[in-house]
Amino acid sequence: MSASPARSPGVGPPLWLLLELTYRCPLHCVFCYNPTEFARTGAELPTAEWIRVLTEARALGAVQLGLSGGEPLVREDLEPIVAAAHELGYYINLITSGVGLTEPRIRALKAAGLDHIQLSFQDSTRELNDFLSSTRTFELKAQVAALIRRYDYPMVLNVVLHRLNIDHVEEILAMAERLGAQYVELANTQYYGWAWLNREQLLPSRAQLERAEAVTQRFRARLGARMQIYFVVPDYFEVRPKACMQGLGSVFLAIAPDGTAMPCHAARLLPGLELPNVRDSAVRAIWYDSPAFNRFRGEAWMKEPCRSCPERSRDFGGCRCQAYLLTGDADTADPVCELSPHHALVTAAVARAERAAGAGAGPALQFRDHRISIVAVGEPPARP
Amino acid sequence: MSELSAGCRPTIARGMRLQWEAAQDSHVLLYPEGMVKLNGSAGAIMSRCDGVRTLADIVADLERTYGVSGLAADVNAFVALALEKRWLEVPE
Repeated sequence: MSASPARSPGVGPPLWLLLELTYRCPLHCVFCYNPTEFARTGAELPTAEWIRVLTEARALGAVQLGLSGGEPLVREDLEPIVAAAHELGYYINLITSGVGLTEPRIRALKAAGLDHIQLSFQDSTRELNDFLSSTRTFELKAQVAALIRRYDYPMVLNVVLHRLNIDHVEEILAMAERLGAQYVELANTQYYGWAWLNREQLLPSRAQLERAEAVTQRFRARLGARMQIYFVVPDYFEVRPKACMQGLGSVFLAIAPDGTAMPCHAARLLPGLELPNVRDSAVRAIWYDSPAFNRFRGEAWMKEPCRSCPERSRDFGGCRCQAYLLTGDADTADPVCELSPHHALVTAAVARAERAAGAGAGPALQFRDHRISIVAVGEPPARP
Repeated sequence: MSELSAGCRPTIARGMRLQWEAAQDSHVLLYPEGMVKLNGSAGAIMSRCDGVRTLADIVADLERTYGVSGLAADVNAFVALALEKRWLEVPE
């Protein structure tokens, strides 16, 4: 197969392919972006289907590959999937909690051609790490970090930040330095999936955020390029929205465990978006021709104030999922933008976080849980 | 960084990969969760950084390939930048 020109004018290739190989996960993180109804989705694709998806997407020009989930190590066929991806010429990133990464498996993955492992930590302390993921995994993660170094992988740590751990950034970065991390991603929680359910408990206060940023700056000044720190600001504190996925249908293609193709990880929650499935369609047809992937391309879908905004080609109106979750309208400006008529929804959530940060415990956290997922929840369209 | 020796042998940094991508009609540098699309001259330089050739060899090869002279300063400046960005490294 050779890469032929795009059918839709101006549409580039899906350079970044994310395979969510499974929604199964030994952890129960409160900030997980997986859909809250994950347990009700269909059967996982078999090995041969994943390899077909890899082959077809590579022919379109996909080159960065993320393998995630859920916990991708739960898949016993991870090694043959990695080997096929390597053969095709992908740069392969494994995004893992580390649970299940034994020495035989890392050896096999290395031999199969895995390029990089991103290990997530929930906090620098065992207590909070274990509480937030509802497991006892901290010691295990430290052992896995040692394995990752021993197998000569760049050490890349990801820590999701929120109100309950953001005050530990100093300890988190010190831990990362001790582990020999080359890259640290301090990713403030984005409010989708389980994180959306827990938003009132997870959103930090502005003072917390500023302290964390100051600590990060000190580490950057001291360590320079030796340990590169990415600090992903929680967009609720911004006045302009993120350029989510560089626009839906622009460079990013995610495939859910059941084969559903999505222009972003959270797109399942968008109403009326009939997401195609790789079981029924070729990847080329999905990317270039399907209504779902064309739905938010270009600017025709935009409403005011985006439609006439000089910044629309920079941020593409922000995140469609966030617009929908907050306002019930997927075509409106992301309310993070201060030009949005709904910006007060965001500032009100931040104001509640300011009050709650001083007031101690709020409502109980909902841990990502298979049973709850079955009985409970659709995504609420908006929570004022 | 300004003290680059003509005898050093730059190579693609550990954890990075350089490859030609037909779909992008360019060399790209791949690294953990990221990608840099290189312009023509950056691709021409980086694709010669194999840890075997010296900086002087690379300059000479580029001058020969493109039929020009006096590339040393530009190549040095790019290699210095690439070292700073950790796209390249120079083994001890």
